Amino acid sequence: MSAAPEHSSARPPAAEAAAIDASIRVPVLVLLGFAVFWLLGATALGLAAAIKLHTPSFLAQCEFLTYGRVYPAALNAFAWGWGVNAGLAVALWLMARLARATLPGAGLLTVAAVAWNVGVKLGVLGILAGWSSSVTWLEMPRHLMPFLLVVFTLIAAWIVGLLRRGASPRLYASQWWLLSALFWLPWVWSAAGAMLFLAPVRGTVQSVVAAWFGHNFLALWFAPLALAVIYYLLPKLLGRPIRAYWLAPLAFWSYAVFTTWAGAARLAGAPVPAWTPAAGEVACFILTLPLVVIAVNLFGPLLGNLAALRSSVVLRFAAVAAFCFTLSTLRLAFTALPGVAEITRLTWFDTASDYAVLYGEFSFAMFAAAYYLAPRLVLRPWWSASLINAHFCLSFTGHVIAMFALTVGGWIQGQELADGKIPFAAVAAHTLPWLQAATLGGLLLAIGHLAFAVNLVKLVLCPQHRAASAAAPVPASAFSAPELEQAPAP
Amino acid sequence: MNRASLVFLGAFLALLLSWAALPFGNARGYGGLAAHVDDTENKAYPARIAGPAARGALVYADLGCAYCHTQQVRGDADGADVARHWGERQSYAREYIREPRVLLGALRAGPDLRNVGARYNTADAAERLYKLLYNPAADNQTALMPQHAFLFEQRSLEGRQPSANALKVSSVRSGFELVPTERAESLVAYLLSLKDTYDYPEEKRLNTPPAPKKEGSHQASEPKPAAAKPAEAPKK
Ligand code: HEC
Repeated sequence: MSAAPEHSSARPPAAEAAAIDASIRVPVLVLLGFAVFWLLGATALGLAAAIKLHTPSFLAQCEFLTYGRVYPAALNAFAWGWGVNAGLAVALWLMARLARATLPGAGLLTVAAVAWNVGVKLGVLGILAGWSSSVTWLEMPRHLMPFLLVVFTLIAAWIVGLLRRGASPRLYASQWWLLSALFWLPWVWSAAGAMLFLAPVRGTVQSVVAAWFGHNFLALWFAPLALAVIYYLLPKLLGRPIRAYWLAPLAFWSYAVFTTWAGAARLAGAPVPAWTPAAGEVACFILTLPLVVIAVNLFGPLLGNLAALRSSVVLRFAAVAAFCFTLSTLRLAFTALPGVAEITRLTWFDTASDYAVLYGEFSFAMFAAAYYLAPRLVLRPWWSASLINAHFCLSFTGHVIAMFALTVGGWIQGQELADGKIPFAAVAAHTLPWLQAATLGGLLLAIGHLAFAVNLVKLVLCPQHRAASAAAPVPASAFSAPELEQAPAP
Repeated sequence: MNRASLVFLGAFLALLLSWAALPFGNARGYGGLAAHVDDTENKAYPARIAGPAARGALVYADLGCAYCHTQQVRGDADGADVARHWGERQSYAREYIREPRVLLGALRAGPDLRNVGARYNTADAAERLYKLLYNPAADNQTALMPQHAFLFEQRSLEGRQPSANALKVSSVRSGFELVPTERAESLVAYLLSLKDTYDYPEEKRLNTPPAPKKEGSHQASEPKPAAAKPAEAPKK
């Protein structure tokens, strides 16, 4: 692997950058558009589910909106809709830029993107209609799975293929994470699908497979994409190199080897062989090793230039994502401590740990990437800078509130559940205020996502905005990727 | 090629290692676990799930009960499940081998349901479960369990005798009755079937989940000496 610092990455002449951007413009924007559509859909469904938890009479009459359907529909819309579309958009853009490759067959790729979204839409509707398998992340009707898997694999292979066309001789840290994520998801997904649906394993082995998939979906798709973006953006926006870049491969490989086991830790106390959760818990501890390296890599440049946070909202999004990566890895290690798992398992605490990856880590990184790349693709500035700031403040506050509420509420829930003298009704009642607070957090997220969506639609589609930008053109250097021309500070 | 191939190979192997141990290793280890035949009772445990209860398991999955309810009793080292009367002991892996879709659950917003059939063991158990599904708040003001009123239908009584399984609830208009749909009946049959009251001699001896040893499956299918008849502890 190359030991070259990230920021001295592809530095083709502006013309080359423009050609690359032109070739990926349509598929990236289409994927991003779908991603935002799903983000809004998942937010609405998730908010409805959150309200139902403390106000069960809310929308209780319709079968298709019952909690046990709205909640998995929200999860799937978020993961396969927002998560995969945004991830693919960013992977495509980053890979083209870093490999310095123009994309062939953008039209076909766009068709594939549409096919993916038709599939996910059928899947989410299928869950609401009662075809859910109730296996977390794999609830969509099983007959859709082969179709979705093939479409995803084709898109992923296409993006990976850019490497061969690329002019860049280097392979940057961002690319290791991207390449493996694009490869890992079809791998875990098909293995889990086969063992759960095609030729189902028996008994609680199913739970082992589900836990293995559930963790790896987060750890091998969402987290690596977030890291790819952070490794790319932080040094670029800070004008400082990754600290101790030579350690980055160590982080990558130790993460790859150990995170794949960590899901088993969730099975502590479950009717599975005791070595299985124990192995998962050991893996959770070892994950602090890549965490330390990644933290040195990323926070090194950040701490050296904290003032930059004030001027760049993209940087703020990316920094929060990096911080949440740290936090969520520490949570894994914490809940693997003896005495802690007994409290946090099967409570809101563990659910919140997943949200930390999905939202704090992944979504903030995707927001950063979207705010960075979209104006460069359409060569116009964002429609409203204050909407971007509003989005950041709302998403940040909402996430902090929801995380705090579910973490503290889940901890109390776990402690009370472990005390057999407290009646269950009291335990459930004591979670109420925390669930209400989480809904408040979700509401803030929803408003933030609306701001994001409006800004994106205006940026890409609004004719007035286009005309205004054309009338007062911004110097091309502002959007044709300043990073390509600017030499980074040594 | 080059570094990219190295990344691919490494990524593949890293995941392969965990797959070989966790999903595959466990499938080899105890995926073949067989039912235990109790000689004195001349019955195999766990019992086969059939008829309405089997259909009810599908209703349980499609309505997503598992997002709020677990189906796993944890041992005393892992919490107070036994003290809460969610089971007399921790759950054993063998108890799940007949279930087409195992849903252990990941969150306890509601009580564990692994032994709900043992808790609801009176003559009116089905009626109580119907009422709970129809409107959990009826006798409990702070109920957090959602209503599943859509599992019931109101039928006119005109020219008909009241159905035997009609629910006795006050909220029904006069001249009408409230009856569970077939899905509700299956679901309740399923819930009532949930009871792990048989204590397996082998697990009882170990009192831990089976270690992943291959012989386990053979041993388990061998008839046990009559002396191993478990004491069937009476439910409270
Ligand atoms: C939103 C979470 C939620 C969902 C979804 C849910 N429940 Fe519940 N359930 C609860 C709570 C909370 C209780 C405890 C009593 C209460 O507060 O209403 C409960 C209680 C129960 C009980 C009584 C248990 C006992 O020990 O007395 C049964 C039986 C039950 N639920 C079955 C179901 C079934 C079947 C479904 C799916 C159709 C379901 N629940 C869906 C939250 C939920």
